[in-house]
Amino acid sequence: MSHKRLWAWMTLMAVAAIILAACGAQQQAQPTAAPQPTAAPQPTAEPAPTTPPAAQKGGKLTILYWQAVTTLNPHLATGTKDFDGATVILEPLARYNEKDELVPFLAAEIPTVENGGVAPDGTSVTWKIKPGLKWSDGTDFTVDDVIFTWQYCADPATACTTKASFDPIANIEKIDDTTLKITWKEPTAAPYISFVGPQGMILQKKQFENCIGAAASTSAECQAANLAPIGTNAWKLREFRPGDTVIYERNPFFRDADKVFFDEVEIKGGGDATSAARAVCETGEVDFAWNLQIPKAVLEPILASGKCDAIAGGSFGVERIVVNFSNPDPALGDKRSEPDQPHPFLTDPAVRRAISLAIDRKAIDDQLYGPTGEPTCNVLVVPASVNSPNTKCDRNVEEAKRILEEAGWKLNGSVREKNGVKLIVTFQTSINTLRQSSQAIIKSNLAEIGIQVNVKAIDAAVFFSGDPGNPDTLNKFYADLQMYTNGPSSTDPQQYLQGWTCAERASSANQWNGNNDGRYCNPEYDALFEQLKVELDPARRAELAIKMNDLLVNDGAIIPLINRRTPNAKLKNLEGPTFNTFDSSIWNIATWRRVP
Amino acid sequence: MLQYIIRRILIAIPTLLIISFVIFAVLALAPGDPLAQFALNPAIPESTRELIRIQFGLDQPWPVRYVRWLTSLMRGDWGFSFGTRGPVIDLIWQRLPQTLTVVGTAYLIAVVLAIPIGIISAVKQYSIFDNVATFFAFVGFSVPSFFTGLVLMLVFAINLKWFPIVYNTTLQVVDWDTFTQQVRQMTLPVTVLVVQQTAALTRFMRSSMLDNLNLDYVRTARAKGLSDRMVVLRHVLVNSLIPVVTLIALGIPTIFAGAIITENLFRVNGLGALLITSINNSDTPVVMALTFIFAILTVVFNLIADILYGVLDPRVRYS
Repeated sequence: MSHKRLWAWMTLMAVAAIILAACGAQQQAQPTAAPQPTAAPQPTAEPAPTTPPAAQKGGKLTILYWQAVTTLNPHLATGTKDFDGATVILEPLARYNEKDELVPFLAAEIPTVENGGVAPDGTSVTWKIKPGLKWSDGTDFTVDDVIFTWQYCADPATACTTKASFDPIANIEKIDDTTLKITWKEPTAAPYISFVGPQGMILQKKQFENCIGAAASTSAECQAANLAPIGTNAWKLREFRPGDTVIYERNPFFRDADKVFFDEVEIKGGGDATSAARAVCETGEVDFAWNLQIPKAVLEPILASGKCDAIAGGSFGVERIVVNFSNPDPALGDKRSEPDQPHPFLTDPAVRRAISLAIDRKAIDDQLYGPTGEPTCNVLVVPASVNSPNTKCDRNVEEAKRILEEAGWKLNGSVREKNGVKLIVTFQTSINTLRQSSQAIIKSNLAEIGIQVNVKAIDAAVFFSGDPGNPDTLNKFYADLQMYTNGPSSTDPQQYLQGWTCAERASSANQWNGNNDGRYCNPEYDALFEQLKVELDPARRAELAIKMNDLLVNDGAIIPLINRRTPNAKLKNLEGPTFNTFDSSIWNIATWRRVP
Repeated sequence: MLQYIIRRILIAIPTLLIISFVIFAVLALAPGDPLAQFALNPAIPESTRELIRIQFGLDQPWPVRYVRWLTSLMRGDWGFSFGTRGPVIDLIWQRLPQTLTVVGTAYLIAVVLAIPIGIISAVKQYSIFDNVATFFAFVGFSVPSFFTGLVLMLVFAINLKWFPIVYNTTLQVVDWDTFTQQVRQMTLPVTVLVVQQTAALTRFMRSSMLDNLNLDYVRTARAKGLSDRMVVLRHVLVNSLIPVVTLIALGIPTIFAGAIITENLFRVNGLGALLITSINNSDTPVVMALTFIFAILTVVFNLIADILYGVLDPRVRYS
């Protein structure tokens, strides 16, 4: 066989293969279809979108997430991506904007003490919803749907991820078709915990009626509903491939349907954050990419292309070093890291103070985080009203050395010691390029003041697992220092600040489930927390929260490092996306538009 | 022959049971939590996560869970995914077309390329063609797909902008335009896979040919005055293909396993991507289903390869 003929034959086969494959692609499995609306899709009450189709209006909004949406029922979410996927369809009563203020969505207004919505004694809250709201199947949205959502998640067998936001509710009363009154189990200073933000999206009673309890995950009807909920937001589902792509189309029954810019929205999932950033900033294939957790050295050149804007702000959480107040010495056996075993040297405030002074937060930020973070001295940085102005954490190596000298920690070779106790610490964190680089910087920082650091990196699946059978969890904290990111999940910091009270100390007695993994215990802090629990005045609460933050930081209970502001990226011609601390990155997607 | 097949199938049953047991044990003993992403979120406290684990049955000891999984599988129920709370089997059917399109095409192209390259390399041993083919085969062998993938993506998608980097799984091929789109988005992932698979097959084909070329029957054929082409194609090739065909048959199950790295890199989101995300999210029912189906396919294609061997080579007898 001559070479010429051979090559011709091979080319032919290759073409045939491609054609065959393309034909195969046509016969793809039927994706989950959106339920057909029961009424005619044309709204009768609302003016049909008859506004002359402005030249630029319409088109498709393409969003890229490196984690793919797997369910559209936000109450069964297994990640932020699921809340965001549901956001395009479903809405809560109100959402937070980028300034951490509440914006009414299904609600007509935000209830406050002034307008009579919030009971002054903190026992109840009354919400009014907008009149004339409709679901995307054309049926009326009523207060019953709100009450149903609570009942759905209140049943432990439903296994709602969002259950904690419904737990404080004692009862919901329907006052009239557009008014409901939530009564709390106990007076609360946080009246906006339920039906607000990503955790509070409201499901249609008609669709989910038979899905309370275990049926939520096991019955075929509910499984279909979870993948295709009927909603009230600007779009409804067209097609959903779990773990891959969601495509949404216009909801003609949306209250502001004529103001919605895009005809179609697509959320594509998968891949990695770096190529997601490239798809926006370099190839322009997508309009918006989410959560670009990329080292600065890689991210900055991509953002510099000039085609895109990074949207960063608020707080994704504070990267901090937790100090272990109990003794992790393996020699203690069962008593290891238990709260009643004081740490041999980290209980000395001088050592904690010196560690905080020696760490070069600015270098960590400049070299590693860049646009994705900024140094902070506070453990509570959001909302802005509780970000303490009183703390300072500038690097001062000489001062750190002086403090250690004064406290009696003398250099012996390169490591300080006192009464035979050497300042050698084990410093653990999860496996992550950024964290290992931070560990290296901190190790050299502390070596300068005579503290030897042995670093340890643990697989994130273990470190964050909370598995009581595993010795390497952050809850057990079998080390002297550990580093991770955390932050409050609501604008009210009480839940978050509870994590440093004596009662929350993680120990074998509570299966290491307490939120206080550092086992810090200070009667002064607990007294402030008791005051916070009963204080209902927002201004006084903010004052108390700042005081508690200052106490934690100045006492060295915790060493805050970086306020993380993981950015999203958008094309320059897309208008609307904002950063957001307490709500979804796409909270206001109905108002996004393309500009020339 | 029939007896042989029946015996092989009977042996396969305990094999598959042991495989499923080992996979289940490994998954159960590995750390992980389906809601690990919310580990530190104060709005989703540990008590809620514990409740969800109980609903998923994860509080039971793993041998109990294994027996449950196996009994529901007997009834044809693969369970529901923790991530979608929908049937696992639906997920697999949804992902299969993407994987077959991309990984299947790559395999087909690799086979079509490798056999002629292998033949020429062997016939013209140590020629320039052979040296070049050998060079590329070793490059294909030794360069991992995440590297070739990234390089191709950077050069052809990002700098030259010839191909997209986001694979559109919802694209329906209805006309010439969508067909070219499909070809464009398949080009890079398919190339990455072809480079790797061709390398292995080429070397195998070449050495199989070389084994035969020096045998006496080839010399006899030449002595009879047969043309070179006849000798190579009618005698040497047919005999050399026997081991290659079995190798190709054994490789078919890997198509269904998807290509974890390549699929993930180009967002093809087929079975390989499903497997890796399910492992990362501790979505045990999905991982079990995928690995078990893969195990079945491997056993079945092993049997097919053995039978093919007998069909192609009359010297092989089953008893």
